[in-house]
Amino acid sequence: MKKLIRAALLGLALSTTAHAAIDTYDFKSDAERERYRSLTEELRCPKCQNQNIADSDAPIAMDLRREIYRMLGEGRSNEQIVDYLVSRYGDFVRYKPPVDARTALLWFGPATLLVVGFGVLAVVLVRRRRSAAGPAANTLSPAERERLATLLDKKDS
Amino acid sequence: MKRAILLLPLLIFLGVAVFLYRGLFLNPAELPSALIDKPFPAFSLPSVVDAQKLISEADLKGKPALVNVWATWCVSCKAEHPVLNQLAEQGVVIHGINYKDDNAAAQKWLSEFHNPYQLDIRDEQGTLGLDLGVYGAPETFLIDKHGIIRHKFVGVIDERVWREQLAARYQELVDE
Repeated sequence: MKKLIRAALLGLALSTTAHAAIDTYDFKSDAERERYRSLTEELRCPKCQNQNIADSDAPIAMDLRREIYRMLGEGRSNEQIVDYLVSRYGDFVRYKPPVDARTALLWFGPATLLVVGFGVLAVVLVRRRRSAAGPAANTLSPAERERLATLLDKKDS
Repeated sequence: MKRAILLLPLLIFLGVAVFLYRGLFLNPAELPSALIDKPFPAFSLPSVVDAQKLISEADLKGKPALVNVWATWCVSCKAEHPVLNQLAEQGVVIHGINYKDDNAAAQKWLSEFHNPYQLDIRDEQGTLGLDLGVYGAPETFLIDKHGIIRHKFVGVIDERVWREQLAARYQELVDE
């Protein structure tokens, strides 16, 4: 079993690099190579929709990789490179959309739902505990309590 | 109160159903262009037919026009070409961007199948295409007389697309 899990993990680790498209770019430093890798993984191919431009073999993805390589060579910042592509292809090319009014639901929706869910759960649990503690004792009005007392008294005498 | 809670799953189901039903009729391949209402990007590129002649964005001003991105390697461009010829005959102004293509093949195509384009921009490296956010061919931009991009259509323009989606927009720009 342990062996199987280890093999599966190894497979997962390899799969991220195995299907990446092959380019032969030379980078000045490892840092620059790392930036190229993270940028091409974070940007989405406009043609093939559900692939990033690192993995896609579409001609447009090749062009965009070349552009990113060129801009890295020119010393542009990650932000400038992303802006360059967004101004041409729109927010569509970002797998990390910017936080603004249009995307607020996307960014904060899940967390809000989680909080609301916990709120509902808390209310339900508190109610259940209260009703389990003393079903009748707490719900009698003062008048009823008096009547109960007189009834009990009668029995005693 | 209790009864209202019982209805909740049904309400959630209806909400999800509405979204999914709408999703059936959306085209995920259609991207909104980032360039709508922006000026046509600056460029200076030779003509397909005459390498000496340079064309720039200033040449696109004056009349509303269709700017059609095409290539000989693009199979569906062949289907689109007769429609463009027809439109050109009707007096619609069409400019062509020959996108990442072999120029000799493009010249042959134009002489063989007739040339509907008033300006033939030769974008061999795809630099103008990149500035336009082109991600395939054919793509067609609708520009007004000031050279502002007003609409983008991705895919083949056939008679139905022209009639239902583009003719009115073009006419609107002509009347402006």
